[in-house]
Amino acid sequence: MREIMILTRENLTNLILAALLLAVPFAADALGQPFYITLATRIAILALAATGLNLALGLGGLVSFGHAAFFGIGGYVAGILAAHAFSGDPLLFGLSGTKQMWAIWTVAVIISGLVGLAIGAISLRTSGVYFIMITLAFAQMVYYFAISWPAYGGEDGLSILVRNQFPGVMTMIPLNFFLICYVALLLALGLFALIRASRFGTALQAARQNEVRVATVGIQPYRIRLTAFAISAAITGLAGALFADLNRFVSPSMLSWHMSGELIVLIILGGTGRLFGPLAGAALYVIFEYALGGLTERWQFFLGLILLAVVLFARGGLLGLLAGKAKHG
Amino acid sequence: MTLALALEQLLNGLQLGVMLFLMAAGLTLIFGVMGLINLAHGSLYMVGAFACATVAAWTGSFWIGLIASLVAAAAAGAIVELVVIRRLYDRDHLDQVLATFALILMFSEGTRWLFGSFPLYLDIPPLLQGAVALPGGTEYPVYRLAIILAGAIVAFGLYLLISRTRLGMRIRAGESDREMIGALGVDIRTLYTVVFALGAALAGLAGAMVGALQSVQVGMGEPVLILAFVVIVIGGIGSIKGALLGALLVGVTDTMGRFLLPKILALFVAPAQAGMIGGAVASMLIYIVMAVILAVKPRGLFPAAHA
Repeated sequence: MREIMILTRENLTNLILAALLLAVPFAADALGQPFYITLATRIAILALAATGLNLALGLGGLVSFGHAAFFGIGGYVAGILAAHAFSGDPLLFGLSGTKQMWAIWTVAVIISGLVGLAIGAISLRTSGVYFIMITLAFAQMVYYFAISWPAYGGEDGLSILVRNQFPGVMTMIPLNFFLICYVALLLALGLFALIRASRFGTALQAARQNEVRVATVGIQPYRIRLTAFAISAAITGLAGALFADLNRFVSPSMLSWHMSGELIVLIILGGTGRLFGPLAGAALYVIFEYALGGLTERWQFFLGLILLAVVLFARGGLLGLLAGKAKHG
Repeated sequence: MTLALALEQLLNGLQLGVMLFLMAAGLTLIFGVMGLINLAHGSLYMVGAFACATVAAWTGSFWIGLIASLVAAAAAGAIVELVVIRRLYDRDHLDQVLATFALILMFSEGTRWLFGSFPLYLDIPPLLQGAVALPGGTEYPVYRLAIILAGAIVAFGLYLLISRTRLGMRIRAGESDREMIGALGVDIRTLYTVVFALGAALAGLAGAMVGALQSVQVGMGEPVLILAFVVIVIGGIGSIKGALLGALLVGVTDTMGRFLLPKILALFVAPAQAGMIGGAVASMLIYIVMAVILAVKPRGLFPAAHA
């Protein structure tokens, strides 16, 4: 924990990034440009989702190509609970839906964590390429289920008519909703830093570097990884619930494998395993998307080109560039 | 439910399986020899379909289009290998996933740039139009039977290539020890390009043949790519035999599941519900099969000796 208290070049960079993300929406609000608040909210939520993945991928070296499943499940939890609260139909066992974000988040975290536990339990029996493809396949399974199950909109998705509520905050005001997402992001980053510095996090990173050694000292890599994978899924699920509330819409596209790919891209763009890698990556990605989208209809082509260049020539991502190489790990 | 209908569905499943084999064979070969995971394989499938549709429209001949699809996909594969892929062999799988994910974005958007957003259509060649009678009274399209036959021929040809030719010997040697065959004087860089182009040509052929059944459009390769991943995971990555059996298993399971599950469920619950639940479960069925197989055999049914 001590290392994040000292003002190193990396911590300074992180501080500036966090301050910038906070400053932009306030400036946009003062200038009457609510669109930029939405953009900043998007960055915060995507960074939150990628922070979840960073736990598994960055610290644990578990290349999950299926985190869209958890992102989408979080989104659908928000959508389904809100839909039931709106219609008044009971959900399960006579329980009703809810419009309270607190309740929605809790359910989203629990369900995506449990699904993460189930998917992880099978997927973590394998490693390497197998793991990548299996997590992808499980995400596709959830995706096709969402498409073919007609009760909640199927392929068309599900609208959330009014943004869900948070006690004492008008969530429909963009700046307020941004602040909720921002705080959630900071809490998740705090959790990430705590885990990274803990005994558990050390074991997780050690299992990535040398599995046999970890097993030799009496720690079971499988258990450590499964725990990390479930926590990772839960955080990404929370991001999904927030994302659904941002767009007031959930659709199977949140579950698609492009989403899984994007989440990995965010981490790599920012810097794998770095605390603020996901935030740097998400900011860069959303700004790219916005700036290129304004210049050309074919922005995805150029996004691919930039991404390719980053992978081939600029390893270490944005934080590698700004804050120097990662110290260890 | 008649027997003839079931037979028709079984043939459809075989046809899907054959297509998946063409994709999976390339993927598993590329992984087996070079240790590379190639997400852009679906893009090569798309290139084949677009090349076939375009050339067939110019010349009026499906067959010239089919040759064009092989040439175009192999050429695209060779270029991609020379420019991008060969820089990735020494990288970890994460970098390979990302770089080939980037290639998908470029291929998809590039194709949209060249051909527009509207799908192209490809006619079934006159020789293969029409249908044959199946035992039981229904008719089955000749073209689909031709695809099954073509797949069987390619599978056999691939078997001969790998087990009987010098190139095949090098491929097998490359699978068991890359450094050693380099040390023995085999030009390994050229071998890699050839293997990649071969895999690309198979994907292009699959795309061209399916192009006459569905519309030819951007993004058509992605669902097939993911199914092909499931196939090679089930079969054992790096194993051609595993790819063949995995492809047939996935093709038949998927098709028969969609056909049979709603009917079986209808015996127990109301028809409307049976359709809904059956449809949803059927769409997940192959992933469930995969999960079960991996829970029992984490390296697939036919694990390659080394990978």
